Amino acid sequence: MTFLIQQTLLYAVPLMIVALAGVFAERSGIINLALEGIMIFGAFIGVLFVRSMQGVAVFVNAASSGKWLTLQGLELLAMLVSAIMGAVFSLLLSFASVNLKADQTIGGTALNLMAPALVLFLIRIIANQNTLQMATGDAASWFMIKKSTFGIPKSTNLGFFGETFLHKVYLATYVCILIFVVLSIVLYKTRFGLRLRSCGENPQAADSLGINVYRMRYTGTTISGALAGMGGFVYALTTTNCTANGDVAGFGFLALAVMIFGNWKPLNIAGASLLFGLFKCIAAAYTSIDINGDGVYLLAQIGISSPLYRMLPYLVTLAVLAFTSSKSRAPKAEGIPYDKGSR
Amino acid sequence: MRNLLDKEGTKKVLASLISIIVGLCVGAIVVIIVGLTKDSIPLGGMWDGVRLIFAGIFSTGRDAQGVLTWGYNAQALGNMLFRAMPLIMTGLSVAVANKTGLFNIGAPGQYLMGTMVSLMVALAIPSSVVPAGIIWILAFLSGCLAGAVWGAIPGVLKAFLNINEVLACIMTNWLAANVVTWVFDVTNFKNVVENTKSGYIYKTTYNGVQTPKLLLDKLFPGSQVNGGILIAILVAVAMYILINKTTLGYELKACGSNRHAARYAGINDKRNIVLSMAIAGALSAGGAALYWLSGNTEFYWSTYQSLPAAGFNGIPVALLAVNNPIAVVFTGIFMAMLDIVGVQLTGYTAYNEYITDVIISVIVYLSAFSLLIRTMLNSKKGTKTNANAEPAPAPAPAAEQTEIKEGGEEA
Repeated sequence: MTFLIQQTLLYAVPLMIVALAGVFAERSGIINLALEGIMIFGAFIGVLFVRSMQGVAVFVNAASSGKWLTLQGLELLAMLVSAIMGAVFSLLLSFASVNLKADQTIGGTALNLMAPALVLFLIRIIANQNTLQMATGDAASWFMIKKSTFGIPKSTNLGFFGETFLHKVYLATYVCILIFVVLSIVLYKTRFGLRLRSCGENPQAADSLGINVYRMRYTGTTISGALAGMGGFVYALTTTNCTANGDVAGFGFLALAVMIFGNWKPLNIAGASLLFGLFKCIAAAYTSIDINGDGVYLLAQIGISSPLYRMLPYLVTLAVLAFTSSKSRAPKAEGIPYDKGSR
Repeated sequence: MRNLLDKEGTKKVLASLISIIVGLCVGAIVVIIVGLTKDSIPLGGMWDGVRLIFAGIFSTGRDAQGVLTWGYNAQALGNMLFRAMPLIMTGLSVAVANKTGLFNIGAPGQYLMGTMVSLMVALAIPSSVVPAGIIWILAFLSGCLAGAVWGAIPGVLKAFLNINEVLACIMTNWLAANVVTWVFDVTNFKNVVENTKSGYIYKTTYNGVQTPKLLLDKLFPGSQVNGGILIAILVAVAMYILINKTTLGYELKACGSNRHAARYAGINDKRNIVLSMAIAGALSAGGAALYWLSGNTEFYWSTYQSLPAAGFNGIPVALLAVNNPIAVVFTGIFMAMLDIVGVQLTGYTAYNEYITDVIISVIVYLSAFSLLIRTMLNSKKGTKTNANAEPAPAPAPAAEQTEIKEGGEEA
């Protein structure tokens, strides 16, 4: 059970934060199909940052002497850097869709093509292979919070809660949840959030009330880019051992599906991403999931072949979309370039 | 009036050419920036990279002194045509769907289904019983059929359940990747004869099935080109006729322009959406069938983690051709040329083939605006003079923007 919850969280949290990224863009009126590309880019930047910082004396000493606070600081710094670069990358989309009123689907697709191409091109030149890894050690030894991190002996039982949420976890997971909560409140309980949402519903009305629609859409897409970039790095850190290879296994697109399933509302999105996280987790690790702790690996013993488990997240997405699409309510003005002249 | 139409056509071609040139320039700039920041790449290597980006198709390798040599390279040209074959087909696929207002990002999945079925049919029917030519035709057609069925799935979801076709296509892509892996995992088409090659399916030549060369191998000696390229061009012409000269084509376009107006005019919009996606699926799958039935490449069957690039590259091919089936032939060949350039770059310089993907993505990015330019030209509002002044300068700032961004990423 502990393993199941931890694994589900590992998959659900990047999905959740990237789906929220989608919400910020779409609520401001821009379809951000580039989430996948921005994630890939963010993952690359984050890993590259960690890799280069591993040569800095402060962090080398911290790793060897077990100063975990410094290392957690490095992790947060890497998240920040990938968020900033994700935001910069997303400017390409905002520029195309706000200033040039270009087709947002094609603009997003271009970014989705550009990110893996650029990232793989650079990775091949930097590392002479198709995967960029940490310079030394791995994600678990540098960044994972374990019992030994706090000096607690391995044999001590922290109880169900402690074992699940304090042992073998990443700080990034909790930071993401915190950011998710804060930004959800910003979107719904602040003046800024209301203005942003109004630009996605009726930009003409918003403009007539003195809101700068262009700036709001830039802001929405930039926040979106920052979250997606950070989500990409968190995904790379927690699920692929802090490596980047120009691929995030379709998580950006899954996040879009989560967003639609969650009806563009943060609370629903949190629930939806937990559901998807669970299916992703089952797909990735069904052979080692011991649901009730009796040593029986039920899912592995049913005899369903692994491709079916791997297809589950996608099948569930389609099924869920089929059932919810009639009720779903997308922001009214999303995807439509705002033209002052047509007011 | 006639003159104006001509001018519009020229504008489209011009917009695409500008996209191509800017894309190549961005590629060259990335090469230069990387060359300047990386000590291991000498100035000469950088210059070689730039030259290969623009004219790699005419590169004939390096001579004894290590200097790049240039000239007519029959092998590279033939291989270019060979690689253009699936790209033209997937480009047509994206273009036809686009005419109906659908963004077919599901081409990779349809391509995979076509791969699976055509390979299975080509290998399962013993050529000792049925003539190889008939097997080829059966394999090609059944591959197309499989793609049509697979492509119709997002079409049905879109038409009847109003699910965004982009999302549905992406989901079916990954489903296809898993289905193909699964099917080849449990069936007996794995190559067990050559034990150096694990994880591959037999070439179709194992069963004596192969696309006829039609003398093209004499024209381009040493290359992989075969009659498939002619079939792809024929299909492109057929699609042009279908879209522009038939009732069905008119109905498809009507649904693309305004689905509700089309329904009001008595056109069955749901049927047409499904049909359009089915045709698109058949085209993608046909591209796959042409590629694999050539019999000179082997299919790596455990493909559940990756989607074929030939599918995704149909998108830039179609966008660059402004969804014109005849133009798709040329843009498909251009994309294939970039592919060859990538191989040359990997082979002769310190750079690698991914730079061509960067170039392609820049071209797609720019074509997002050329679509906009087209709509501006088509809209008959009082802004005609304005619109005419716009096209040329519009892509230019975009290019600068891209370059600045890429420069920033280097740091």
